[in-house]
Amino acid sequence: MGGVQKKKFDRGAATNYITRNRARKKLQLSLADFRRLCILKGIYPHEPKHKKKVNRGSTAPRTFYLMKDIRFLLHEPIVGKFREYKIFVRKLRKAYGKSEWTGVTRLKDNKPVYKLDHIIKERYPTFIDALRDVDDALSMGFLFSTFARTGKCHVQTIQLCRRLTVEWMNYVITSRALKKVFLSIKGIYYQAEVLGQTITWLVPYQFSHDHPTDVDYRVMATFTEMYTTLMGFINFRLYSSLNLVYPPKLDTKASGALLKGEDDGDYALDSESYMEKLSALSSCLARVVSSVEEDEAQMDHFPVEGEDVEQMEAREKEHKEQEAQRRLFEGLKFFVNREVPRESLAFVLRCFGAQVSWDKSLCIGAAYDVTDETITHHIADRPNMEKQYINRYYIQPQWVYDSINSKICLPVEDYFLGVTLPPHLSPFVEEKEGDYVPPEKLRIMALQRGEAIVQDEDEEDDEDDDDDEDEEEEEEEEEEEEEKEDEQNLKKMETQRSQGKSLSVKVTPGKVKKEDRGRLEQEEKAEEKRLAIMMMKKKEKYLYDKIMFGKKRKVREANKLTAKRKAHDDASKTDKKKKAKKQ
Amino acid sequence: MPTTSDQDAKVEPRAAMSKTPEKRSKTPEKRSKTPEKRRAEEEEEDEEELLPVAVEGSSLALEGSSDSEESLFSGLEESGSDSEEDDEDEEEEGVPGSAVDPDGGNSQETVEEGEERGMTEKERALLKDKTDEYDHDSSDEEDIRNTVGNIPMEWYKDFPHIGYDLDGKKILKPIRNKDELDDFLDKMENPDYWRTVPDKQTGSEIVLTDDQVDLVHRLQRGQFGDVNFNQYQPTVEFFSGEVMIHPVTNRPEDKRSFIPSLIEKAKVSKLVHAIKMGWIRPRRSKEERAEEAGRYYDLWASEDPNAILGRHKMHVPAPKLRLPGHEESYNPPPEYLLSEEERLAWEQLDPEDRKTTYLPRKFSCLRAVPSYSRFIHERFERCLDLYLCPRQRKMRVNVNPEDLIPKLPKPKDLQPFPTTQSLVYRGHTGLIRSISVSPTGQWLLSGSDDGTVRFWEVVSSRCVKTVQVGGAVRSVAWNPNPAVCLVAVAVGCDVLLLCPSLGDRLLIGSTEQLLSSYQPPEEKGEELVVWTTTEGEEHSQGVRLRLTHPKAVQQVVWHSKGDYLSSVMPQPSSHLQVLVHQVSRRRSQNPFRRSKGLVQCVSFHPLRPYFFVATQRSVRVYNLIKQEMTKKLQANSKWISSMAVHPAGDNVICGSYDCRLAWFDLDLSTKPYKMLRHHKKAVRGVAYHPSYPLFASASDDGSVIVCHGTVYNDLLQNPLIVPVKVLRGHTVTNDLGVLDVTFHPSQPWLFSCGADATIRLFT
Repeated sequence: MGGVQKKKFDRGAATNYITRNRARKKLQLSLADFRRLCILKGIYPHEPKHKKKVNRGSTAPRTFYLMKDIRFLLHEPIVGKFREYKIFVRKLRKAYGKSEWTGVTRLKDNKPVYKLDHIIKERYPTFIDALRDVDDALSMGFLFSTFARTGKCHVQTIQLCRRLTVEWMNYVITSRALKKVFLSIKGIYYQAEVLGQTITWLVPYQFSHDHPTDVDYRVMATFTEMYTTLMGFINFRLYSSLNLVYPPKLDTKASGALLKGEDDGDYALDSESYMEKLSALSSCLARVVSSVEEDEAQMDHFPVEGEDVEQMEAREKEHKEQEAQRRLFEGLKFFVNREVPRESLAFVLRCFGAQVSWDKSLCIGAAYDVTDETITHHIADRPNMEKQYINRYYIQPQWVYDSINSKICLPVEDYFLGVTLPPHLSPFVEEKEGDYVPPEKLRIMALQRGEAIVQDEDEEDDEDDDDDEDEEEEEEEEEEEEEKEDEQNLKKMETQRSQGKSLSVKVTPGKVKKEDRGRLEQEEKAEEKRLAIMMMKKKEKYLYDKIMFGKKRKVREANKLTAKRKAHDDASKTDKKKKAKKQ
Repeated sequence: MPTTSDQDAKVEPRAAMSKTPEKRSKTPEKRSKTPEKRRAEEEEEDEEELLPVAVEGSSLALEGSSDSEESLFSGLEESGSDSEEDDEDEEEEGVPGSAVDPDGGNSQETVEEGEERGMTEKERALLKDKTDEYDHDSSDEEDIRNTVGNIPMEWYKDFPHIGYDLDGKKILKPIRNKDELDDFLDKMENPDYWRTVPDKQTGSEIVLTDDQVDLVHRLQRGQFGDVNFNQYQPTVEFFSGEVMIHPVTNRPEDKRSFIPSLIEKAKVSKLVHAIKMGWIRPRRSKEERAEEAGRYYDLWASEDPNAILGRHKMHVPAPKLRLPGHEESYNPPPEYLLSEEERLAWEQLDPEDRKTTYLPRKFSCLRAVPSYSRFIHERFERCLDLYLCPRQRKMRVNVNPEDLIPKLPKPKDLQPFPTTQSLVYRGHTGLIRSISVSPTGQWLLSGSDDGTVRFWEVVSSRCVKTVQVGGAVRSVAWNPNPAVCLVAVAVGCDVLLLCPSLGDRLLIGSTEQLLSSYQPPEEKGEELVVWTTTEGEEHSQGVRLRLTHPKAVQQVVWHSKGDYLSSVMPQPSSHLQVLVHQVSRRRSQNPFRRSKGLVQCVSFHPLRPYFFVATQRSVRVYNLIKQEMTKKLQANSKWISSMAVHPAGDNVICGSYDCRLAWFDLDLSTKPYKMLRHHKKAVRGVAYHPSYPLFASASDDGSVIVCHGTVYNDLLQNPLIVPVKVLRGHTVTNDLGVLDVTFHPSQPWLFSCGADATIRLFT
């Protein structure tokens, strides 16, 4: 027949994939460099459909990359820089070994550096793309900015991270983009909406970290390197979109006195004091074109075809709500006690238009003193305060966060000092039909709707809630029971009949059985459904079973939560009663 | 330098006490020595070498003072002076032995000390003229000199003497009778006790003078031993910035000092080249570098949609992290906190299997919230996910489960079919294996494990006749021919033909006649089965014929005409599994020469001369006239239990022990047209309704499922199969449920018999 014999694995899937080791060899990089390159360029492995085909007949576990990706990496200028760096390290080592100190300093001064600008541009061709991916960057930045300046990573990285995160926070304050805040046991989650993108980031609580040993900080550092570049460019763009000066400058007009601050020297070195003032988050930023005050942009009406008036109205309403949320704390004056997380509160409060201040010795940038008579809210986190001013509320910090999440100023009574706080709910949970909704959420929803709940009726409320729950429960149970019921009924009927047969022949006055039409119909339908299910194809049956299993599990979990809650409420009620009796 | 050595000799006798301090103040003295020595040397040189100096000075003046040359000179000079010094030291090192001996006595100095001693001596030599500090050093012990040298004095511990004096006489130890009391008294009485020091070498006691005490104090304070020495005196530079009039040496200059250095030239040119090539760059300041790193600009100033790479379209953005729920709150609602058991269960799980990586906890106030210990871990894991996890786009289809349920015609529209249990036939004591209905539909026949065959009236559920057959009945079959009244019963190795004598007398008469009209043939071949006519007791019960088989019979089936009868004796790897009997001629034959597997059941085609044989996994269809296999139906099940043929003959259903029911359309394929997996347990019996489009399957789960199965005359239209009713009634005993099922010949009624020894009629 002629022709060249076809070789195996010469075409098809085998040529589209490349193992990690082969890719590394092709790029002539060490594993660490390859890893770094992949991180920077955003290359990730691919799972081939037929592993054995791609793996040349072997089933050994391997990581595969797309051949295209690796080819794409071949032309990356940074690869050259990696090699340069390798050479630099070698030279440096040599110089150290020979104790050529001048050579060492010369080499160090000319350490090869690379820029990631082009990579950022390439990975995120549009600004929106970049913004969409900034979540991880922010979380990482906030984490690194809390690191102690020892070991683990370069001080410059920490400083840069701090700078960029402060810039970000200042932007969010100025644009009032913050939407939700959540105090979790891990840290504080913030969610902001920037240019239509929902961005969530996590900030750890202000503690020193005990660094785990099984974490590769080189990987983290590489990510941070990329993220800082990304965040810098994003910050620049965002600042310019708001006509703000970048790098940020404090508005000298608004806070002239503050800037000159007599006792700056107490807080920080002159070189750092500006940064510190920025990170105090207490003053406005300077704009490129100094506008008097951002006048409210009137929303223009563009009636879209096919959109009826209702939708338009709904949109308008939503817009108004958002506007209202932005001005939630406008006109309120807060004072932050020293035991509460100042940065978080200052950031959050300023995002919603409040004025914040703190003790002068706590941080730079305090605007007013405790003694200021115009303070409306004093945030403290201690059981009691000795000296209290009459014309202000003393509240716990959770009030701020809960109010933001519920988009209204909640009644302060539940948050007074020394009071047992109501649970702090996650604003990220959106309950769907059939999900469990904690009663606190129901209460907040009622408050949002404007239904005033008087504190005295608390217990009644609770009962109401309970009733609601019960109803829910019943519904759920009904759903569950429906299927069972039919079978049970059938069984019952049959047993009755069979028993009737076996009983001695005796005529008993029969009872007129009430025929429930609806019920019968339901039963019939249920049976029909069951019979139809029997006729399902295997594949569809499997899928159907899976879906139903998931649904049932959800219901079960919700039921479990309600039961738990009920038990807890009952226990607390009895406790209360006992106490009352004792008194 | 002979003068110095002389001085050494003179200086050598020195108090023992002053030696040790010298040792301590070694370094400072060394430092201080140089300038003095230099001064001295200068003086000397000034005196001796006046002339050459003048010459050198002139040369210097001539050349002017270029820096490099001066440094050159200075370097030379320095090295020269160093070497001189070394020489001196070496000389002096040799001295001590000779120097000490003449003086005798105090030979404490070690050889190592020599060096510094030399220096100090020299110093002293210099100072000697001004102040003779040894004038007042009048220690009386100087005449008693011990000549043993620098040895540990313990060696003389056991001797009465401690050495030898200069004349070679023994120096005796002082009569030491000083005990502690003496010592104490001494301490109390002697005002000089505190300054009295024992001399080990001579054994005598020395009282320190005031000067010596002072010296000790100074040294203890870390000061120089010499009171007059100023350690902070200004240094006098040997080479100073001022141009001196005299050269330091009078060595003629080298040639190389006049011509430019080639090596330097090469070095410089190398550097120039490197700078030109850009290999050496000017140093950048740190601020500059930092600024370069953190310089940002509007990267997306020109967002060119064409610049987006093609690969970007394929890019799968990393999924965002899951947002936290209520349970992650620092103050969650109480229902989200884990109870004790849940917490234990959580702790016992592997970290990978846990639903959440953290335990929900409640804190009374924000102040009490600690740092999260796994924070860095989780961030790191996220990083790993980002660059190590393969990403895949998965289409998540939101399926409404209701849409998955097939749209079937409503069972209501498919009536009639049996829906309710109307009669229960009780009487048997063992499980009922088989039932059969008479072709008229008036009588019901059942065979049970209690060794009886019972005849029931269908409508009244009354048992009209019971026949003891003496063994568990495996199978019963009513002759489908309405013109005869005959039933076949399989008991053990026998098949009994019974005349139940029920119903029309004419019919019974014709049946009797049919049976008795048999003429035995003339020549009798070897029979597989022995046909015997019964007599007596048996005959009176109705048993007419007994067909004795070689093995146990499992099943009997009638042909639709009623003349032929087939029996099954399942035996693996035996060719004698199926037999076909002709009643009218009382003849039996074995249709198969070879076994094709374990035969489960057989059936006749209702219209055509076909014969269905169900083996363990397949159904074979034989053409009885052509005597060949026409089809082999693959049941796709492990073990066929039962089989029924549609009255039209084109469809077959097979029940199997692995809970399945296969519907074969013979015109369509040898594979099942439909597999029904309705039952939870093994299917035991299947049946078609003779006239209605119904079929039923009985199973060990105690249920009978009635399905509607329309077979269309149009060949192009596939049969429509709809389950219409699940009939329950039988109780499951010993894991056996319903064992057999059959339809009423004319009504849409269903009979089922089960392991609970009842027969039930569903209408």
